[in-house]
Amino acid sequence: MQTVKMVVTGPFSAGKTQFIQSVSEIDVVATERKISSDEERSVKSARTVAMDFGRITVDEDLVLYLFGTPGQKRFDFMWEILSEGMLGFIVMVDSTRPETFREARSILETFRAYAPTPFVVAANKQDVEEAWDLEDVRHALRLDENTKLLPCVATDRETVKTVLLELLYSILKEMDSGK
Amino acid sequence: MALRGNLRDFTITQLLNLINLAGKTGTLILDGPSEQAHVAFRDGKLAYARIGREDGSLASVLHKANKINVNQYRAITDRAGQMTDKELGLLLINAGYVTQEDILLNLQGYFTELVRKLFTWVEGIFRFENEMLPPDDRINVKLDLENIIIEGSRQLRELEQLQDEIPSLDMALKFTDRPLTNVNLSVDEWKVVKFVDPKNTMRQIASTNKLSELDVRRIVYGLLQAGLVELARPVGSTPPSNPKQFPVQDKEEQKSLINKLIGRIRTM
Repeated sequence: MQTVKMVVTGPFSAGKTQFIQSVSEIDVVATERKISSDEERSVKSARTVAMDFGRITVDEDLVLYLFGTPGQKRFDFMWEILSEGMLGFIVMVDSTRPETFREARSILETFRAYAPTPFVVAANKQDVEEAWDLEDVRHALRLDENTKLLPCVATDRETVKTVLLELLYSILKEMDSGK
Repeated sequence: MALRGNLRDFTITQLLNLINLAGKTGTLILDGPSEQAHVAFRDGKLAYARIGREDGSLASVLHKANKINVNQYRAITDRAGQMTDKELGLLLINAGYVTQEDILLNLQGYFTELVRKLFTWVEGIFRFENEMLPPDDRINVKLDLENIIIEGSRQLRELEQLQDEIPSLDMALKFTDRPLTNVNLSVDEWKVVKFVDPKNTMRQIASTNKLSELDVRRIVYGLLQAGLVELARPVGSTPPSNPKQFPVQDKEEQKSLINKLIGRIRTM
């Protein structure tokens, strides 16, 4: 059995767990705890403290695992471990919470330092009225025009599939360019 | 149990707060990244501070503050010989060169400045020696810690925010396409700009210019925000390997594997 993995990262409550749940063929093995701080409780009721774990079986010889990282910085010791051997990574950002953009950029830089693998940025909650426009998100995250910034709704399987496919296309392109 | 630990777990600000609240007397010894610092307290108030081999003698402090000129400074260091700072202070006051207030204010300013420097130390080991009293031969001050703690907390918050922006000083900088004209830069900013080159890490730039981590982060953040520079992987550094990314080694097999994944996700 061959296995490969991708990592889904991003700030706290960006939608990483939901993203994995939307495409995983198994119930996501989520290691969540009840929120203890008031600030975090106002955003969501449970947080991921170790990792989320989803699976997509390709055939009897090949399985793709999706790992979601815990969002809070105090769990960043997990990030490097989770990033080992990944094909690429997805940075999720909640388009309605600009206060998390700076952290998203920092997480992006950190993961790029861990491994020079392809990545895409998924702007979640693009179906919500208060969501920032993609171009504004791009400027706020200081992404260059070559970086793929994709609209996403973590509860919508089709947009999640598109994000995964775009990452795979980027991986293929990089292989073709011989990097 | 002795008060000792790591600055990663317990910041300078937290230490000062503890010393202040407990009204401690003794000396806090910090082993920082490249130097050792001694900060002495009496009844929870700052009494004396010294970092590394810096000359913190009264003559040196008064000379730096322009209270005595270079000739007077030389004469003192030549002739004062074994004289303690306390004796020298009395001599200078009696000779009418400085007032007692001059001496105390300048020493307070000097010690406060040293403690400010410590706020940028995020790595290191500390221990508090109850038995080690402020040195007898030096003039001690009696400075409340509250204002220093407030200022330290402010700096710490800024440092944390800057660390979010610039997680590692081991990255290099390179210029963007934006031309560096009509830009008003401070002296310290120019010092950094001068060394912007993918060959130099930010840590090297800071060390060359004798800038603290906070200072170099603050300057680089400004340059990044203005779009003048961008982060780059240092030239010559090998990118971290990503072990076992693929279960197969052959390039064509790897591509085939990715295409299989694409096919599977498309049909989901």
